[in-house]
Amino acid sequence: MSMYEAGAITGVGETKYLRGTDRSALSFQLEASLNAIRDAGLMPSDIDGLIPYGHGAVAEDFITNFGIKDLRFSATTPMGGASAVAAIQCALAVIQAGICKHVLISLGRTGYSGGRIGTRVQQMPQFKVIGEFEMPLGAIAPAQLYAPMARRHMELYGTTSRQLAEIAVTTRYHASLQSNATMKNPITIEDHQSSRMISDPLRLLDCSLESDGGAAVVISAPDRARDLAKRPIMVMGVAEGHPDSPSAITQRPDLTTLGLAKAAPKAFAMAGLTPADIDVAEVYDCFTYIVMCQLEDLGFCKKGEGGGFVQDGALGLNGRLPVNTHGGLLSQAHMAGMNHIVELARQLRGEAEAQVPDAEIGLVTGYGDMGDGALAIMRRG
Amino acid sequence: MDGYDKLVPTPTAETQPYWDGLRDGRLRLQRCADCGKVRHYPRPVCDSCWSMNVEWMDAAGHGTVHSWTVTHYAFHPGFKGELPYILLTVDLPEGVRMNARARGIDASALRIGLPVKIAFDRVKDDLTLPVFEAT
Repeated sequence: MSMYEAGAITGVGETKYLRGTDRSALSFQLEASLNAIRDAGLMPSDIDGLIPYGHGAVAEDFITNFGIKDLRFSATTPMGGASAVAAIQCALAVIQAGICKHVLISLGRTGYSGGRIGTRVQQMPQFKVIGEFEMPLGAIAPAQLYAPMARRHMELYGTTSRQLAEIAVTTRYHASLQSNATMKNPITIEDHQSSRMISDPLRLLDCSLESDGGAAVVISAPDRARDLAKRPIMVMGVAEGHPDSPSAITQRPDLTTLGLAKAAPKAFAMAGLTPADIDVAEVYDCFTYIVMCQLEDLGFCKKGEGGGFVQDGALGLNGRLPVNTHGGLLSQAHMAGMNHIVELARQLRGEAEAQVPDAEIGLVTGYGDMGDGALAIMRRG
Repeated sequence: MDGYDKLVPTPTAETQPYWDGLRDGRLRLQRCADCGKVRHYPRPVCDSCWSMNVEWMDAAGHGTVHSWTVTHYAFHPGFKGELPYILLTVDLPEGVRMNARARGIDASALRIGLPVKIAFDRVKDDLTLPVFEAT
């Protein structure tokens, strides 16, 4: 039984994205959720399923604040930055099973004003292995743990830092077109090349932001979606994938392949599409290299050809594959990919601030927890 | 307090022999006592035959570079005085990899396949960390 078009995005919401706040992550998460529910034309009490991002608000918070009387499903999808897109698969499953009609997927965080990333990683249970064997050596933060993947790709395939810079530059330009982005000053490849080295080959401008804010989406059953406020965005294909040696990158058979490589063929098959059908892609961008690697794992080009694929403005609004049209985690805000889902829905509705002309079919990916991946392929309903 | 200001491991019953080995100047790896598959990092079950019978073996103590990073930013204050430092991912002939700092290796010499050998860095009384040196 396929989950093809078993659900649709009916509402999207965000808060103002910030670098500095005295508000709580919970208040951001609830505000973004209310915005998404209103966008759909629903009442908060209509929500009957919840898949909040882990380490944040729990079902009890929503029941209490929204006056939900008949919550039928609550779960988390603990895959780090892949959680939000993996939650779409989970939402479709419970909608198709007849359990829920309107599932809320939401995130709120104080990533800038609260605990920094190095500290957060050490506290995550899925990283107890690298906590014991790698962090004492000084391999602590994602930038250090992912850098050997990028280095190996460079050594095997000739990928260059200037090619990674293309991703940072294009993404920043897209952010400059947004009203709700935290880093809007355009940058050049030379700016990237002169930004300080964090963990070779990753420079500062290869790294995503730490941000405060919230984002949320509502996924509804198709028979309900048609009667709501906005044009529904149908989910045509969705899948998640977990790499071999999921926590310890060191032990992964192929350092240059992510969990997404296992998920992509499943989602494309469910959708009945190929990468050539995609008009716009919102690709999880915790680091520039991770974008390039995912483009390979999605099948937009062969393994090793990602550097050439992203060159010459190929990911721009008028390029061969517009990517991260909202500015992504690199330049809009780090909302763990929830903002990528919001942006894809807006693109396919035709209401994005940096609109890809005639975008009808798009995809969104998530990446997290050292290699987990998820993707969803959607069309304008 | 012993003045050591970096992150320290908290071994479990399953991983303690690895750390005890380093303290004694030996690189020890887990091997499945039934099918013989070597695994790292230490864990309870063999992913090949699902046996929970395990034995420890001494590794040859050398390997080749699989990848690396040179870290220029201290994500923990204890590492500030050691920047930049090289973290190597090394293929061991036993069929597993391990991560360790490089000692006495120039970053410009790094390449895939560079031969390295294990050494032992006793950072405090009850903790010895592995490092790799040029052969």
